[in-house]
Amino acid sequence: MRVAPKDIQSFRDDFTYSNSAEAIERFPFPFAEDEYRYSVNMEPHLPKGGEGSAYEKFLDIDEHYLSEMAEREMVLNEMPHRCLAMAHMDLACWDMVERVMVSLSEDYPDYFSLTREGDRWSWENKLLNIKDQFTFGDSSSLPMPPLDYIGRQVQGDFALLDQREGDLFLDAGIITCPADWSLAFDAGMSFKEWHGPVPMAHSEGIFDRALKYLIAIPVGKPVRRLNWTLTVNARMDTSPEKYHEWGHERTSVTPENVGEKVYLRVEVQVLDRMPRSNAMMFSIRTYLLSLEDLVTNKEWAVRMHRAMKTLPEPLINYKGLTRFHGTVVDYLSQFDPLN
Amino acid sequence: MRITDQISVSVTAIKQVAPMIKEFTLEPVDGLLTPFSPGAHIVVEMGSSGSSADKQSYRNAYSLMSNPMYSRQYRIAVRLQDDSRGGSVYMHQQVEVGTQLKISPPANLFAPEWMAKKHVLFAGGVGITPFLSYLPELQQRKAEFELHYMFRSRQTGAYSAELRDTLGTGCSCYDADLGNRCDIAAVMSGQPLGTHFYICGPESLIDAVRTTADAMGIPASAIHWEAFAGAKPGQPFVVELSQSGLELAVAANSSLLETLESADIKIPNLCRAGVCGQCVCDVAEGEIEHRDSYLSDSEKQSGQVMMPCVSRAAGERLVLDI
Repeated sequence: MRVAPKDIQSFRDDFTYSNSAEAIERFPFPFAEDEYRYSVNMEPHLPKGGEGSAYEKFLDIDEHYLSEMAEREMVLNEMPHRCLAMAHMDLACWDMVERVMVSLSEDYPDYFSLTREGDRWSWENKLLNIKDQFTFGDSSSLPMPPLDYIGRQVQGDFALLDQREGDLFLDAGIITCPADWSLAFDAGMSFKEWHGPVPMAHSEGIFDRALKYLIAIPVGKPVRRLNWTLTVNARMDTSPEKYHEWGHERTSVTPENVGEKVYLRVEVQVLDRMPRSNAMMFSIRTYLLSLEDLVTNKEWAVRMHRAMKTLPEPLINYKGLTRFHGTVVDYLSQFDPLN
Repeated sequence: MRITDQISVSVTAIKQVAPMIKEFTLEPVDGLLTPFSPGAHIVVEMGSSGSSADKQSYRNAYSLMSNPMYSRQYRIAVRLQDDSRGGSVYMHQQVEVGTQLKISPPANLFAPEWMAKKHVLFAGGVGITPFLSYLPELQQRKAEFELHYMFRSRQTGAYSAELRDTLGTGCSCYDADLGNRCDIAAVMSGQPLGTHFYICGPESLIDAVRTTADAMGIPASAIHWEAFAGAKPGQPFVVELSQSGLELAVAANSSLLETLESADIKIPNLCRAGVCGQCVCDVAEGEIEHRDSYLSDSEKQSGQVMMPCVSRAAGERLVLDI
């Protein structure tokens, strides 16, 4: 059964966000083996897991749709520069409009519809009560810039990467739920520049190999990978811009509250070549699951414990887990029979 | 969303656009074609539909030259090559209106640099094709550009009249058969800082522009080129695959990559011209005749890697570590 969008819950202040039993079941659990290992772990972005799986559709719309769109609007109202597109990225933004509208209307016809007559397009988003007609490619025909317009209607952060000089440049994006990185800071950076803070991987040549692979991704052959971290409270917007609001929460984890307060934060990242601009669309779809919900799945509980226990020190520090990593491992150990 | 490997198209029009160049219009057998970006190419698979065992198949990369926004058809132009291994001969002599071909989805190794202050395009002969897909987008963005088109009208020179008509002073044509030559250094000097230069044509043209840029202190990152040479024929040889023990004969007219593919060995590839680096293979034994422009000199000298799309054995036998 597919989960339907439910009423708006919050990712801040009173944190009313919660996962239904179905949402827990479809959570994209990232650890494939017991020992944590660094890897690029890319695979073709093809459907897997059958009906209702988080990987069933090209873009996953789930029960948190309305909540995430409301959260995005709050972030953008307060900080409009969390969405930006350099002038040369206009065509790439329209590529993204096309990719998102076509796949949402094909995959979720009950919620979204698209009619195209040449460059006259009609778009309806029944979930957000949006109905617009516009001229494809003409940014003045939309009520707001194309990236802003479409980004407010789809779950997940999106970056558009310009490809030149055998490299990728972060020249556009709508980033309201980042795992501690800033679009305004990274804007215009090359692939290795924006990955600068990542420990260990540079010397292992991972970025050279990844970049070579990414710049050769052809149209129609998207790839995905998973990334993860731990977040205290169900907070979507863990951006550096808001560090003063969430940084201190990492000191609030105790053995008593760790299960409900610490969330496994998983990003399903998809890289998809845009046909018209040759840019790369990089989508980062974030899922949050509290540890107490996670351990309802016995296999995940054991694996999570072992992955956390073997996590190398530099990664603990890079991911910002230093203050509560021990508490998490202690909590999870009770679910691991080998412990 | 569709995940595509190969698209079936049928040839709906063929036009002789220069003494040695034919233009082919390709339309999808069903559905619509994907839009593409300026400078993109497709790989056309030819002659693989027949059943007879000795029938050769070819895969050649051709630039898309139609308007990128128009997704009902693609257009390519094929020059009959003097030293053809068979691909361009096949396109010129075997393909008719109604012929069905398989093509790859578009890939782009020659995209315009949109941050450039100005774009200077050098086309040599059939090398005009990728620039034809640049023009609509350059004009749409109101980008500053000039096109320098060199050809021999007894062989090439397709679309030169139309280009002069539509671009006016933006297009300079040089017909070597009328004794007109392009003074590359004169064109390149005096261009504003931030100009990017693009070359598609024979190696001699690419070398000339790169050498001139070097002498003028123009950074290599502002020079972009697409070599329009795919695999060329050579001596036949035998390749052994060390992991399976399989032995295959590479004919004089086939590339090593094509021979591997015909044995159902999948090697990633994009350009099939020794440029993109995707098809690199480890070599266990045998002398290599390197013909690519991807590997560094030290990699070539190591004798441990090669690009099977264009490079061949220097001797009679080669062992690949695959």
